[in-house]
Amino acid sequence: MSENPILRLENVTMQFGGVVAVNNLSLHVNPGEIVALIGPNGAGKTTAFNCITGVYQPTNGIVEFEGKPIVVAHPEGKMKKLYAGENAELYMSRHPIDPTPDKITKLGIARTFQNIRLWKSMTVFDNVLTAKHMLAKQNVFSATLRLARAEDKQMAEETEALLAEQDLLKYRDDLATSLPYGLQRRLEIARALATKPKLLLLDEPAAGMNPQETQELGEFVAQIKEKYGLSILLIEHHMDFVMNFSDRIYAIDFGKLICSGTPDVIANDQRVIDAYLGVSEDE
Amino acid sequence: MIRNNEKRKETILGIFLLLLLLAVMTFIDAKLPSYHIAIKVIKKASVYALVAVSMNLLNGFTGLFSLGQAGFMLLGAYTYAVLSIPVGKRAGVYQYFDGGWIQFSIPEFFSEHLGETFGLNMGIIIALLLGGLVAAFFAYLIGLPVLRLKSDYLAIATLGFAEILRAFFQWKKLGPLTNGSNLLKSYPDFGSATGYIVLIGIFIALIVLLVNSTYGRAFKAIRDDEIAAEAMGINLAKHKRMAFIISSFFAGIGGGMLAMYMGTLQALSFKSTMTYEILLVVVMGGIGSITGSVITSFLYIASMEWLLRGLDSGTFLGINAPGLFKNGFRMAVVSLIIMVVVLFFSKGIMGDREFSVKGLIRLFGGKKAKENAGGDGNV
Ligand SMILES: Nc1ncnc2c1ncn2[C@@H]1O[C@H](COP(=O)(O)OP(=O)(O)OP(=O)(O)O)[C@@H](O)[C@H]1O
Ligand SMILES: [Mg+2]
Repeated sequence: MSENPILRLENVTMQFGGVVAVNNLSLHVNPGEIVALIGPNGAGKTTAFNCITGVYQPTNGIVEFEGKPIVVAHPEGKMKKLYAGENAELYMSRHPIDPTPDKITKLGIARTFQNIRLWKSMTVFDNVLTAKHMLAKQNVFSATLRLARAEDKQMAEETEALLAEQDLLKYRDDLATSLPYGLQRRLEIARALATKPKLLLLDEPAAGMNPQETQELGEFVAQIKEKYGLSILLIEHHMDFVMNFSDRIYAIDFGKLICSGTPDVIANDQRVIDAYLGVSEDE
Repeated sequence: MIRNNEKRKETILGIFLLLLLLAVMTFIDAKLPSYHIAIKVIKKASVYALVAVSMNLLNGFTGLFSLGQAGFMLLGAYTYAVLSIPVGKRAGVYQYFDGGWIQFSIPEFFSEHLGETFGLNMGIIIALLLGGLVAAFFAYLIGLPVLRLKSDYLAIATLGFAEILRAFFQWKKLGPLTNGSNLLKSYPDFGSATGYIVLIGIFIALIVLLVNSTYGRAFKAIRDDEIAAEAMGINLAKHKRMAFIISSFFAGIGGGMLAMYMGTLQALSFKSTMTYEILLVVVMGGIGSITGSVITSFLYIASMEWLLRGLDSGTFLGINAPGLFKNGFRMAVVSLIIMVVVLFFSKGIMGDREFSVKGLIRLFGGKKAKENAGGDGNV
């Protein structure tokens, strides 16, 4: 913890009605790290991602990006009575910050989705190109009148480069949803990269892939991390992927952190083995 | 290299087709009297095409189910009429309201300074654009609260907005501006169908350019998957509002041109049935297909106003059967056609594909038209 983390969660709790999906979670990602978030089904991993990316406003806690708070919350309204988590008093005096997901993406956090969310009427090429819209300087008039040709050209070139890097260029004019599952996941990564993020959140990027594809994906993730100077937080069930490619791991169960550390530490932790590794054989 | 060559071929053929259309239009205008049914059909169908395309931009490309089109058309129509009636005729038109509040006419002003024909046409175009701006301004005002609503509620709210507007325009207190529930008339018209085709062609071309720009792609992203769009940095509220404003702008211009086509204007004619009629054209043409909306507008108006007229008046296709072909039979036939289209083309006649010069070359060039699914989104 000597350097300043790029992402830091402090006591983040997400409660839906009576269900505490994420419970007092604190974690951080240092620049250049690949950090994994693991846990059994329903542990609250995706919910944690949604709290970081603004899809949900957490019930309590703080999310910091590059040292600045981007999300601040404490129990409000009905939740004041219902709240079943901890540390609510810590943030009571802070003014809540609840940005929409697009604002967070603009800060430099991009993500992929567990249940792939490509734009289904668009081609492979357009899926990536459209993600560049956020960075475009042209306004709606200059865009319509094609006055920003240089920018259009640059956007198209960058898109081609991203597709080439993923070996997807040969599918450029195919509908995104016509690709095989594994390639759709890769396309989602390319689309996220198109927003030029500093931090990339991957939600089960290897889901549905065979061991060889999983291995290739791991190498690829390590490679883009270097190339674009990224930091990566990922959720994954494939344990070999997690063990081989992450610098540190957080294991959660029922929304609560049960253990964190290097892959060696995690692999030998009894709580993790009980809660997770024991049942992961058949996944 | 091959790509460039094909592009040039496309451009040349495209320009050729446009010039051909222009020549045909000029010819029709020269040969047929202005009251001829073909001229009327061309004028009305082109106006419907513009409004249908504007509706498609919102409902088809951005995925916002809005039913406020008639309201925005009303705003454009009144703005156009109120700003265009010649000053000398205002006393007659606004006879119950002391000649009305406004005592100038934009087309009249321009024709005095820039010449009879050119000035008049310029004035008409400027008044039409102002109509579009007024519609866009109202869309800007109601956009923020209304666009927060989800699908069905958005439809109800926009429909309600249009109905309230219609009642408001007939309010006596506004009489000096809107002439209350009386007719507005005597405002100028282009006179030629070519004017309609050229102007509307330009507007639709602008919409096509918009749809194929980075903003158009952002709209489609919102339609396809809002959550993904937002996660990729697209500000939902901003872009929905933008689509709503632009759509309303063109609906307003369409309303102004409809008033121009009809010659007289009354708030009563901008009922919700007009919105449904346009929605019908959009759905039958294919949600998300601009060429589909245009083609269907022409087919629909031509059948309703011309080709199927005989079904209501005794003789159709040379068959004289006054017993069967009488009032209301035309609507029965139209309903039947619509049902057949919906049954056999569940995605409208064009789906979400576009009719393009490229497709035309492929069709006549004998090359295999089927390249891959989805068609080419370009025109
Ligand atoms: N919007 C919501 N409303 C109510 N409950 C929710 C909501 N989202 C998630 N939950 C609940 O929160 C818990 C954690 O869900 P989450 O999707 O975060 O799990 P996960 O760790 O990603 O699991 P998986 O490995 O299956 O993806 C689950 O019990 C889920 O039912
Ligand atoms: Mg999950």
